[in-house]
Amino acid sequence: MDQKRRSIWVFGDYRNYFQNRVTLQLLSRATDLAKKIEAEVCATVFGHEVDEWVGEYIAHGATKVYVCDNPGLKFYSTDTYVALMERIVRQYGPEIILVGATSFGREFTPRLAKRLKTGLTADCVGLEINGEGLLVQTAPAFGGSLLTRIVTPEKRPQMATVRPGVFQEIPHNYQATGEIVNVALPGDLPGDRVRLVSSERQPAREQKLGEAPVVVCGGRGMGSKTRFKNLFELARVLGGEVGATRPVVYAKWADEDALVGQADRHISPKVLFSFGVSGAIQHTAGIKNAGFIIAVNKNPNAAMMKMADVAIVADASQVCIALIRELKKRIRT
Amino acid sequence: MLKMIVCMKQVPMVSDLPWDPVTGTLTRDVAEGMMNPACKHALEAALVLKERHGGHITAMTMGPPMAEEILREAIALGADRCLMVSDQKMAGADTLVTSFTLARAIEIFCPDFDLILCGCHTSDSETAQVGPQLSEELRIPSIAAVEGLDLCGNAMRIKRVSDNFLETLEMDLPGLVTVATGFYVPRYASMAGLHDAFREPGILTVGARDLGLDDDDVGLQGSATRIMDIFSPVAKKENIVLKGAPKKIVEELLDRFDDTIGSLIRKDLKAVK
Repeated sequence: MDQKRRSIWVFGDYRNYFQNRVTLQLLSRATDLAKKIEAEVCATVFGHEVDEWVGEYIAHGATKVYVCDNPGLKFYSTDTYVALMERIVRQYGPEIILVGATSFGREFTPRLAKRLKTGLTADCVGLEINGEGLLVQTAPAFGGSLLTRIVTPEKRPQMATVRPGVFQEIPHNYQATGEIVNVALPGDLPGDRVRLVSSERQPAREQKLGEAPVVVCGGRGMGSKTRFKNLFELARVLGGEVGATRPVVYAKWADEDALVGQADRHISPKVLFSFGVSGAIQHTAGIKNAGFIIAVNKNPNAAMMKMADVAIVADASQVCIALIRELKKRIRT
Repeated sequence: MLKMIVCMKQVPMVSDLPWDPVTGTLTRDVAEGMMNPACKHALEAALVLKERHGGHITAMTMGPPMAEEILREAIALGADRCLMVSDQKMAGADTLVTSFTLARAIEIFCPDFDLILCGCHTSDSETAQVGPQLSEELRIPSIAAVEGLDLCGNAMRIKRVSDNFLETLEMDLPGLVTVATGFYVPRYASMAGLHDAFREPGILTVGARDLGLDDDDVGLQGSATRIMDIFSPVAKKENIVLKGAPKKIVEELLDRFDDTIGSLIRKDLKAVK
């Protein structure tokens, strides 16, 4: 490995709009972190006809982009991408690699970390550089209400996946320039052991929930599936969407695509109504960007109640029904 | 006949673990354990494949001795054989070393497999990393968060949703899948089945030495990551508390915050006089 500047890499995940936004958010954070360890910010872009993304990542903070543009990379393939990334990481030796915690990122990054025999922290909600120049990764722990700070003291690169919405992207800078390093697709990559038979873009329910200005979220405290259904009526009256906690999804009171938090989705409504939600960290990390929060729970000490603007100590289901009635009375059409 | 391994983990049943804010340590051992929910879905997927094509299922776990319970539960549900990887030296393992340890156990005690099934993530640490890393360690292909799978010739035909793409994939065997929680409905073990399973003779338990591993290879010592600290995130807001009868509370809420909430949902919420 030749002597040169340290670098922080961001994996260019661009397959859909939201994946691309995470990439931009990570470039922004990488730019801040890079100042502390005097590193350069690099992005990688694998795919076919990807100039658009290369330009966009430079405009968002990358000073160098490693590009592998090849028709063979037209579809995301974990096997190929891991093999390709492993090669260029070994060649250029980045200090840190950041990847969005998208479905792809969560499948690709663990395998890459394993190949490189280094540590990986999943679903980070915070990244800092400490006094020793180590990447301090904050991640949820133990399914309850805790966060843990994790470092990779010796192995390199230090690797983290980061949830969408944790960091803010920096504005597009049209004047920015960057170096483009073209990487050839090695001819000797292993054959694909996984073959894509078909791929269709889904109508995106999660995107609707993620973007909704009003969200009504329900937890186990709603009591039953029947009572939980009232939240859909409340959401209709408020012109919002319904979100759910993981226990509720497990109990099949709500579909999995309504899940809010952890690996899955972050929401950033202007107003969040939270009914019968205890506030496990997986969930609360997903609503970090919510504006005004109204929480209803019988237990005044629930974590969710502590982080609310208005905490209503009462039965969640009864308040839901009362709120539907009162809103219908007040909203004049 | 499809030879399958289902990797499972025992997780605490409670979501709030006893935690000592002074020492920052968790007293995991006092919490009651259960089979990680996603692992139940993985086992169910294996049981469905076995019913359809014939097969043999090995349930395996790595954990403290009490984790044996979930292997017995797996037997009651229809697993044919169990493998318990347990050693005090393995405590504090991160995903890198966990997948390494599991791979060594599989290579020695059940090398002749077609398919490994894992849950898509655990409910305690939720990294979703061990499955994919295990496949790397064994140099086999893997697909994460699958919703449906079936045998198709000599390969697995798999359906899943990944980043809003509905994908159909074919994977060569031997291979590994992690199973999502949305598709399979885990069956319940009968009381009689559980009773029998817990009366079965001892479960094959192996430690670091049986796997030919040194102390440096396993547990915290073999891990690349280090936990600096664990803390409880602090809340920030003004936190106005309302109590009383639901109807009264709702009126008070909409009276006090009619402008705030009304402007956010773009509705006039002033009470009708």
